Amino acid sequence: MKELLWLIVTLPFAGALILAFGGRKFPHAVSAIIGVGSVSLSAILTLLVGFEFLGDTTPFLQVAWQWFDVYGLSPDIAFRLDTVSLIFIFIITFVGALIHLYSAEFMWKDEGFVRFFVFMNLFIGLMLILVLADNLLLLYLGWEGVGLCSYLLIGYWYKDPKNGYAARKAFIVTRIGDAALAVSFYILFMTFNTLNIQDILTAAPGTWSLGSGIAMATAFLLLGGAVGKSAQLPLQTWLPDAMAAPSPVSALLHAATMVTAGVYLIARTHVLFEIAPTAQHTVAIIGAATLIIAGMSALYQHDIKKVLAYSTISQIGYMFLALGLGAWSAALFHFMIHAFFKALLFLGAGAVISVMRDEHNMFKMGGLWKKLPIIFWTFLIASASLSALPLITAGYYSKDKIIWLAFASDKGSVGLWLAAIVGAFITALYTFRMVFLTFFGKPHAEPTHRPGWMITIPLMVLAFFSFAGGFIELPQNMGNLTLVSDFVEKTLPVATLSVLQPFTELIFQIISSIVAIGAVFLAYILFFNKPFPAAEPQRNAVQRFFFKGWDFDLLYDKVIVTPMIFLAMINKKDIIDQFYTGLACITRQLNALLSATQNGQLRWYAMVVAAGAIIILTIIFFP
Amino acid sequence: MILVWIIILLIGTGLLAWLASGWNTFLPRLISLVGTLIYFGITLWLWLEYDPGIGSQKWIISYTAEWIPAFGIQFKLVMDGLSLLMLLLTSFLSVICVLVSWKEINRRVGFFHFNLLLELAGITGIFLSLDLFLFYFSWELMLVPMYFLISIWGHEDRIYAGKKFFLFTQASGLLMLLSILGLYFIHGQNTGIYTFDYEQLLDATMAPQTAFLLMLGFVVAFTVKLSTVPLHSWLPDAHTQAPTAGSVILAGLLLKTGAYGLIRFALPLFPEASHQLAPLAVLLGVVSILYGAKLAFAQTDFKRLVAYISVSHMGFILLGVYSFNEMAMHGVVMQMIVHAVSTGALFIIAGAVYDRIHTRDLHQMGGLWRQVPRMGTMGLVFVMASMGLPGLGNFIAEILILIGSFQGNFKVLTVIATVILITATAYALRIMQKVFYGKEHKVWEIPDFGIREMIVMLSLTSVIIWLGWNPSSVFRLSKVPVQKVIQKINIPEYSQGEEMERIDRDNIYNVANFLDIKYVAINKGNQAQKIIKEVNNTYGRRTEFETINYLPNSPDIEQAEEFKKRSSKTE
Repeated sequence: MKELLWLIVTLPFAGALILAFGGRKFPHAVSAIIGVGSVSLSAILTLLVGFEFLGDTTPFLQVAWQWFDVYGLSPDIAFRLDTVSLIFIFIITFVGALIHLYSAEFMWKDEGFVRFFVFMNLFIGLMLILVLADNLLLLYLGWEGVGLCSYLLIGYWYKDPKNGYAARKAFIVTRIGDAALAVSFYILFMTFNTLNIQDILTAAPGTWSLGSGIAMATAFLLLGGAVGKSAQLPLQTWLPDAMAAPSPVSALLHAATMVTAGVYLIARTHVLFEIAPTAQHTVAIIGAATLIIAGMSALYQHDIKKVLAYSTISQIGYMFLALGLGAWSAALFHFMIHAFFKALLFLGAGAVISVMRDEHNMFKMGGLWKKLPIIFWTFLIASASLSALPLITAGYYSKDKIIWLAFASDKGSVGLWLAAIVGAFITALYTFRMVFLTFFGKPHAEPTHRPGWMITIPLMVLAFFSFAGGFIELPQNMGNLTLVSDFVEKTLPVATLSVLQPFTELIFQIISSIVAIGAVFLAYILFFNKPFPAAEPQRNAVQRFFFKGWDFDLLYDKVIVTPMIFLAMINKKDIIDQFYTGLACITRQLNALLSATQNGQLRWYAMVVAAGAIIILTIIFFP
Repeated sequence: MILVWIIILLIGTGLLAWLASGWNTFLPRLISLVGTLIYFGITLWLWLEYDPGIGSQKWIISYTAEWIPAFGIQFKLVMDGLSLLMLLLTSFLSVICVLVSWKEINRRVGFFHFNLLLELAGITGIFLSLDLFLFYFSWELMLVPMYFLISIWGHEDRIYAGKKFFLFTQASGLLMLLSILGLYFIHGQNTGIYTFDYEQLLDATMAPQTAFLLMLGFVVAFTVKLSTVPLHSWLPDAHTQAPTAGSVILAGLLLKTGAYGLIRFALPLFPEASHQLAPLAVLLGVVSILYGAKLAFAQTDFKRLVAYISVSHMGFILLGVYSFNEMAMHGVVMQMIVHAVSTGALFIIAGAVYDRIHTRDLHQMGGLWRQVPRMGTMGLVFVMASMGLPGLGNFIAEILILIGSFQGNFKVLTVIATVILITATAYALRIMQKVFYGKEHKVWEIPDFGIREMIVMLSLTSVIIWLGWNPSSVFRLSKVPVQKVIQKINIPEYSQGEEMERIDRDNIYNVANFLDIKYVAINKGNQAQKIIKEVNNTYGRRTEFETINYLPNSPDIEQAEEFKKRSSKTE
């Protein structure tokens, strides 16, 4: 079965190609079957390949052809399957297929139905290339490709200039990170004479000494790339605006693809971070800072999708924190669980928005739990998972592991743990604020209809995983099941602990449980059945600051964007060209001057001849 | 002889098309189409036939005839891998040019096609001639028809643009003529043989300052064609005002003659002087990359915007050429081809939009996707190509140039040049937003691309995608010529001892290549040279003996032993 790895990647592309060429002539149903079917087939194949791979987890390399061979740089178009990439392709194809199914109903009436599926399929295919690539150049192809697809899908409703702006912002901001990533390739090739990931990872510890300048530079450049794609500080600003996309796109973007690319990159190049401890510590700090900053912003949103957007930034922050701690398996475990519940939350939110006539404001909803029971219950499960309610939710097991390691790992500290636990409190608070505002309280509007089976089935499947997915990895004092970490640690190193007492761990688990439940309770007091006006809430200056995402946009606008545009516009006519025009002007003036002497008057000529003769004679006789 | 026939074919077709215009306007188009298709067929055939033997020093095809023996002027046409690539490009674009002019040109159709084909003949001559006099002749031959194309069939400011184009290229061309003559006389005085033959002039020796001045003549001519800042200002006007076919030729081929000239003439003729010039040239390259992008971002005229993109892309060529690195040089060759395809396509799209709504002003457009989805899709592909998206050919070119030049001496400048990844995104997405996305400022009722236009666009698309996924088909041809240039340029330097490391590596790599061994490593040792000699003697590779002598430091003994073993296997 492993030999079919290439087919997993090819199928989404094939679907996109067929739709791109024939899509307009097909009826909707056929297009939907091609779009959904190709990705679903990929998902099924992934399961088959995955089951075989579980039996024998030696990495599997499949070379399609040699891309090129120039001056020692000879990357292949080759896919490499190991335990890490298997987790990623499983999530990408499986969650991707569910989102595709959902989109078939969600986008049914849209005039660009076919275009939508072409882009979605491309998105999945390129993301698969990203996580399966065996060399950095091919990874970069997927990396840039998902950037393009995010641009196309965020700007999918292209008629509104706002969407176009959001789309361009997403692409340009992530390209800043991509540029950093590209520079890291220069250094890596200069040192290792190859861009093959495994070769670099093998050679790096012997070539670079621990903490050497060049290793630091490379790790920081890689981090720059990861920060851009994963929307972490300071490049997080594109993600909230990306909500302009249709809801299934947001689900795909936030859960299975794109934003997790940065997590993947750091996990994949973990050796380079391990020999650059400062860079790795920076990863943890960025994660910790981001999770709090984004969490605070999520608290003050009224747009349900923006809450989720900031929540994504914050949850990816947890993953970065774990990466920075060297807790590779914890990061990937949280990535997996996050993919399930965040996809579910976005799909649920999308369903609510569409039945509420495109209403995004939570304050104008309310009381929906009775009218939309399936959406409500699935959404509740996902919210509980996001809030990490103890014992019963998957999110608890994944997030608590990170919180514990923030303290207990040898790279951890009290400060990081504090940030993580405060983040957990904020997370539960904004999540249940969202649940209470949307589904409880006085109804402000009636839903138009109940969604059909293509929407509800993905919701239920994802709800199952958001609930049950956590039980495959249990802490040592609660069953000590380590399926995920065992699996991941075949590829990535094990996190080293400095604190090993089980009793301490229990205390920390109790603390984090109390924090999560306390936050839900606080949300209950503040937001449950409260008569809020059905409008955008009033905000004071501080709240507005949080609402606007800590005014990063304003800062970048003033410091970078405006001066750049000013510089571009002031020199629109190109000053260098003005120089040549000036030259031409002077020449023409001189020409006018000289032609004025040719005026056809005899006396003028006679005078000039005489004057000339006198001058020449003077020069001759009085040298 | 086939090379001569190609040129005769082009001029003959042009004349025939002009004559045929007496009957009707359809005939000249048909004749030109047939002529260019034959041309394309010939180059395709040459390409498929060509088998690059590794290390082969010979030309693929050469033709030499006496022209003016008294002055040592020959009619010498020669083709190697690089010329073949350029010819493939020229013939491909010439078919495209005839096709895009099919509906657009309605005045003096015969004369138009005559000029078009004469232009193509001149360009073909440049890519083939290895006699400097013949080269200069072709250089001038290329100038006049383009002047007519711009000034007769151009847009509103065509006279101004035509004159500007003519003045810039003519003035710089004269500088080159001076240099050619200087080279001719110096070589003549030194050796007693007065000749314009490139291969003989390669060995000309002269004082470093003289060499530098002579080289400047060539370089100025070539950089004006390359539209390097600050010599670029003819280009936006010429590109904007020319008819679509003119813009395609300007961007796709005329600019490439500058790049080709640098690789073929400026570097091999003046290796030491080129090293002196390198810091300045690379700096100007990086400035062009960023300055061009910045200007592109500010433009409101569709064609002018695309023209500044060309300035930016040509900066990459200067950066790549003057880093004297094999990888960067391969990237340059790739860039020449993909820039021609991607920018040509953008000009065709701009021309198609102009044909339909009679304006190039971006503010008048917007929301066109709804009306013309096929055009929008094509626009998307080539906008993405021009910002260097992986999977399309431009990425290969740019990343090779960047990685390659970072291995050279200009690390900081290369990193600065990387900023283009961001600025290119800004200008490229601006095109999409202003033309195809956004609100419709006016509701245009316009037809989408028809069959003829789709054939043109799809063939361009398939080329750019093909090159993105299988660039080896280009590198297969460019390998030998590029390695020759790099060897020629890097050899004189090893005695200076400053850049031993890099040269060392290059040379070892070249040796490995010549021995058919895939061996790349930096190792040093003294006695290895002996062993390599032994390898050569044993296996009769005497021709490569010289190359190996240039090795300042060689692989150590074990490695060389392994050489021996492996090469005995390959034998």
